[in-house]
Parts: sequence; C-alpha cells; structure tokens
Amino acid sequence: MEKIFLVLQREYITRVRKRSFLIMTILGPLLMGGIFVTTVMLDKVDTEVKTIAIVDETHIFQDKFKDNEKIVFKVVNEPVDSVLEKSNTEGYFGVLHIPKTHDLDELEKAVTLYSESQPGMDVLSRIKFTLEKEINTHKYIEAGIDEEKLQKIRTDVELRTKDMENKETNTPLTTGLGFGGGLLIYMFIFIYGAMVMRGVLEEKTSRIVEVIISSVKPFQLMMGKIIGVALVGLTQFLLWVVLTTCIYAGLSQFMLHGKSDKDKVEAMMHQGPAGQAAKLNPESGHGNLENERSLALSGVMESINFPLIIGMFIFYFLGGYLLYSALFAAIGSAVDSETDTQQFMLPVTIPLLIAYIAAITVMQNPQGNVAFWFSIIPFTSPIVMMVRIPFGVPVYQVVLSMVFLILGFLATTWIAAKIYRTGILMYGKKVSYRELMKWVRYHN
Amino acid sequence: MNPIISIDHVSKSYTNQVVLDDICLDIPAQSIFGLLGPNGAGKTTLIRVITQITAPDSGRLFFNGEPLMSHHISSMGYLPEERGLYKKMEVGEQVLYLARLKGLKRADAMQRIKYWFEKFEIQAWWKKKVEELSKGMAQKVQFISTVLHRPQFLILDEPFTGFDPINAELIKNELLELRKNGSSIILSTHRMESVEELCTHISLMNHAKLILEGSVKDVRRQYKSNLYEIHFSGNTIGFTHALWTGFELIYLREEDGIQIARVKMLNQHTPNELLTALLPNVQVLGLQEIIPGMNDIFIQMVGETNPSVVLNGKPVHK
Repeated sequence: MEKIFLVLQREYITRVRKRSFLIMTILGPLLMGGIFVTTVMLDKVDTEVKTIAIVDETHIFQDKFKDNEKIVFKVVNEPVDSVLEKSNTEGYFGVLHIPKTHDLDELEKAVTLYSESQPGMDVLSRIKFTLEKEINTHKYIEAGIDEEKLQKIRTDVELRTKDMENKETNTPLTTGLGFGGGLLIYMFIFIYGAMVMRGVLEEKTSRIVEVIISSVKPFQLMMGKIIGVALVGLTQFLLWVVLTTCIYAGLSQFMLHGKSDKDKVEAMMHQGPAGQAAKLNPESGHGNLENERSLALSGVMESINFPLIIGMFIFYFLGGYLLYSALFAAIGSAVDSETDTQQFMLPVTIPLLIAYIAAITVMQNPQGNVAFWFSIIPFTSPIVMMVRIPFGVPVYQVVLSMVFLILGFLATTWIAAKIYRTGILMYGKKVSYRELMKWVRYHN
Repeated sequence: MNPIISIDHVSKSYTNQVVLDDICLDIPAQSIFGLLGPNGAGKTTLIRVITQITAPDSGRLFFNGEPLMSHHISSMGYLPEERGLYKKMEVGEQVLYLARLKGLKRADAMQRIKYWFEKFEIQAWWKKKVEELSKGMAQKVQFISTVLHRPQFLILDEPFTGFDPINAELIKNELLELRKNGSSIILSTHRMESVEELCTHISLMNHAKLILEGSVKDVRRQYKSNLYEIHFSGNTIGFTHALWTGFELIYLREEDGIQIARVKMLNQHTPNELLTALLPNVQVLGLQEIIPGMNDIFIQMVGETNPSVVLNGKPVHK
C-alpha cells in the first residue's frame, strides 16, 4: 500500500506541476465560458430575416401568418409561376403556394413550400402550425360552430411539470444537465485514459520499468499510476467547477446586467411550441409573466439535486475511468511506440462511442429499455446513467448499475494487470490479439 | 555460512519454449558471481525469478536460508540490462524516488544520496533533468540508485556498458568495496576480462540449462589442458626431433628471432621431462603453462552443448 502511495504521489505531482496542466485548468473554464458567450452572442447576431412569399389562392390565410424577428411573411397576389420566377430578385427565402381546392380536406394535402435551400425546422413548424390552426377553424365553422363558440371551445393548456414533491421541473434543463454530465465523463475517460496509456508507454520506452518493478509489484505500479492520474482528473474537474462558477458569475453580471441571468438561460432553453406560444401571445401582462417564469425557474433549480448529481458524476467518472484506464494501461504495455497503439484502440473506443450514441437516444426517453440496459452494462453505464440521473432513476437500478460497474472494473483491471506484467518487459515484438490472450493465461 | 541465494530445481517455460530447465544453483555469500552464457540462454529470466519479477513454474528459492519472500526485495539491488530513468524528472528527485520505493525513509535517503553524489563528484547534477545527461552520466546515476539502500545482494546486468575506462574502473572498485563490506554480487556480462578480474565464482548457462559452475580457480584448473608454451632459440628441426611420443606439438612459429612453440603433454608427462628432452638440442628461453581464459572456456563449453541434430547418423551442427 505504501508503495502504491509513493507511485501515486509521483504520478500526481509530476503531472500537476506540468505547464500543460495549468494551461488546461485555465483554458477549460474559459472555453466553457466562451461557449456560453458565443451561444448568447449568436442568438443576438443571427438577425438574418427570411422572407416567405405567400401565394394564397383560397384567400383564407391573407393576414393569418404572423411575423416574428426571423421570419417575415408577405402576401403576393400574383400567379405562382411568376412569383417563383422573380423569387431570386425579390430576395424571397421561399414561396408558399396554397392552391385553390374544392374542400378543406383536399387543401390539407395540397400546400407546397418552394425554397432555394432546405428550410429549417423553425420555418416549417411555424407554417404548419398556422395552416393547421386556420384549416381547423374553418372546419369548425363548416360544421356549424360559429366563431364565438369557437373562441370558447379553444383551449390553451399550460402544462407545468412538477415532481412528486411539488417542485417545478424543467425537461430541457434536466436534459442539458444529464447530457452535459455524460459528455464530460466521455471526454474525461478519453483524456485521462490516454494519459495513463502514454505514461505506461513512457516507462517502457525509457526502459525504467524494469528498475521500478524490481522494487514494486507491476500491479502496484499500474494501480499507482491509474489512481494518480484519476486524482489529477478530479483536481482538474474541481478547479474547473470553481473557476467556471467564478467566470460565469462574473460574465452574467457583466453581460446581462439588470436582467436576471436565469431568465436568459430559460429563454435559450425555450424552443418549440411553448416558446412560440409565448411569442405569439403579445405584450399582455409581460412583466408579470416574466416574473412568474423566473420564479418558476428558481424553483426548477431547487428541484435539481445538485449534490446528488455531482456525487453521481464523481462515482461514474471514477468507475468508468478505472474500468477503461486499466485497458488503456494494458494497451500501453503491449506496444513499443504510440503509433502501434492504434490497432488495440478500436475495441476500447467502440463501446465508448456506442455509449455516446446511446446517450443521445436516452435523452429522448430516459426510462426506456435502451436506457435501462445501457445504464446497467458497465462499459456504457458511466455515460448513459449520467444522462438519466437528473430525470430520476429508481434506486434499485442505480444500485445494480453501480455494482456492475464495480465488478466490471475489477474484471478489466484483473485482465489488464495480466497483460501489463508481461507486456512491460516485452520489447521489439509485434503483438497480436492472440498473443495478448496467451499473456492473460500465463502464470507469473 | 549460508549461501545468499539458493536456487532449488527451478523451471520455467513460456507457451512453447523452456527458458529455465531444472536449475540448481547456490550463490555463496560475499562472492562476486559471474552469470555467463550466450544471448537467449535464460540468464535474464533467471535474474527475474530471483528478483521476483516473474515467478517460476516449479522449484523453490531461498534468501539467506529463508524461503524467498517479497520483503526480501528491499535487501536486493538490481541493475537490469534494459535500464533507464524518467527523462523529464530531475536527477536528485529521481534517485530519491527510487530509494523510497526500496523502503528508505526520506531523511535517510537524502543523507545517503548526498554521500554518493559527493563520492562520484556529481553534486552539480541534482537539479538537472535526466534528458540533459550523457549515457555514461545516466549510468552513474543508475548505479547509485542500485546500491543506495545498501543491499545485501546485488544483481548487475552488464554494468560497464556506456562507461569510459576511468569510470569503469571506478565502478569496479566500488564493487570490490561492496563485497568487502559484506555484499554478494551477481555479475552478468559478456566481457570475459571483467569476469577474470572480478569474479570469485562463475556459472555458465546455455539453452536454459546450467552447464558449468564453480569457483573461478577451480573452473580454470578443471579446463586447463596441459598446454605449455616454450620460448627458445636454435634449430627448429632439432626441436621437433627432440619431442618424443609423450608430447604433441600444437604449433611452432617465429617472432622477433625467437621460436615459440605450444606443446601438449600426453600421458601425464611433466614439464621437467619436456625440458630434459629439449635441453641438449635447443637454447630454452622460457617455459609457461597455458591456463585457459574464461573466453576460451566459454567458447568451448557453449560450442559443445549447442544442440546438434543427428541426420543419417552423423551429428550436424545447426
């Protein structure tokens, strides 16, 4: 144990003292702050207004399309062909053709949007939303329900999501938090796993390894290195948390003075129908609504159990890292130079990539089968479970996943140690997978 | 006195290759023990078994009479053939680290490092990075870190490579000093002159087997082949005629006007008898017994034990 500690100490101190560590520590939060600033900026800068010409042969929709800051609708009472022809000179983004039809059912399927470049989701959903709403209204009128009745019938549900303890929840925020955590673990495993691999390789190529293992067991050397690098990772993470908080606080004071930053965050999160509905809803009770929302958001912030998430993050980061870094160490021991590592990297990177892809699916459905299985399998659980945690996961699943992760890393460490102790003393030999299997079976 | 290391029927093989075949060997305390053998004979594996880097498939080892255990590591110093240092680390810090891995306390280690750095006159290197050192300088640092914890037992694999003659001499003297102070040393090397100069005992390995073992004196005596070298002046025909059936002339050559002959004694004849036969015929200038060098013994033994395949009843060397 004492020897592991000595190894660990050296690994930790030499890395933390490096200039690159300092640079990364400062650069990391700046980068994150930069991303935040850019998002806010882009939102402001992206002022290109798309004009869409409407050729409405039915004359039902004349004034129904509402402009917003990004899309402007212009009704053109000309034949569609000529509009299309001069579309370029007029600078239309697209031309919406609503043809004359016999009845509304036919109309539903007859509308076409012509555009030079592929329209984005925002344009499409907006047009679809308006068309559906109007056709709907006309169908009601045809069915004998007049406008007045219709206004009464029309309902606008504002669905608030709360958890069982009556606290506000917010799906976009939760998703962002979960995915962010998963992504961070994914990146950390790669960065620090590769660091372990290079460390092992360095000891091998500098030929110091045999000197060291004449006083320390190979397993102690490997574990000392792995744990030392893990601590470097944790140190970096904690420094980032502290620095990012500082920078974030500073920036939001500076950039969004007066206005609460939470509002801005929420404004960024609000996309899709809810946001649009809010925007369609003009000025009425603006201040009030804003206030209410920021209250709601602070409720949301409270409902997120940050200590739990950070605790889970640390567990899954360590678990995932330990599982993979043992494999990275084995790879480093089996080859003679960094270029030779490529052939063995694939089996290690593929599960990680699968986990990343699974995480994207899981974001949509955090309680599904995919989510369950991928958060139990130890090779993917660190990333996938992290995505699920903010949504709330049944305790038995968390426990199961943790137990499997611990078993998983014990297993990979056991196998890796066997490869490692043979590999570090092997020079000038091209190693194949079959050779590695042999090493695992060696008695030594 | 117990042997420092006792190797008892140790075997080890990798998937389809035997690397140690039933090795039995005692390494006497306070000896400098030359472990010799051609490349691939199994020396490094044997050393790794002793240093517990690998475990044998079968057989037992004893350290000072006790079964070899992991705590014995702190009583050993090992300088492997493939050796190096962390390139980015400072010299002083690195030696300190290696010393602490051997179980030395920090203060204790510092004191001893100072002593050795002064002795080798390298105090100025303390803050240098290893990558700034020359190969010979790095070897010095490695030697220090091998002996720093005053191991009872040292294993040095080719310790002189990379040293200039002056530094090689320095290391040789240190080895003799260490032995005088009670350490036992295994020296694995291909330099036979160092073996003759330093070793008290040797063993020779070939193809995973031990083929020769003993004190250097005994081994050389055992391999002396009754060869004598005679320096004389006079008629060479007279010389050859004087040799009767009891002696075999190996060669005869002339050097600076002096005849040099190498003669083998047959049937346990003595040098006196040879002289008696020669004196009437030539002017004898000198007579000397030829004792085989380690180099000759090495080549002879390894040559004899190399596997020969029998094809059509005739031994054929690979």
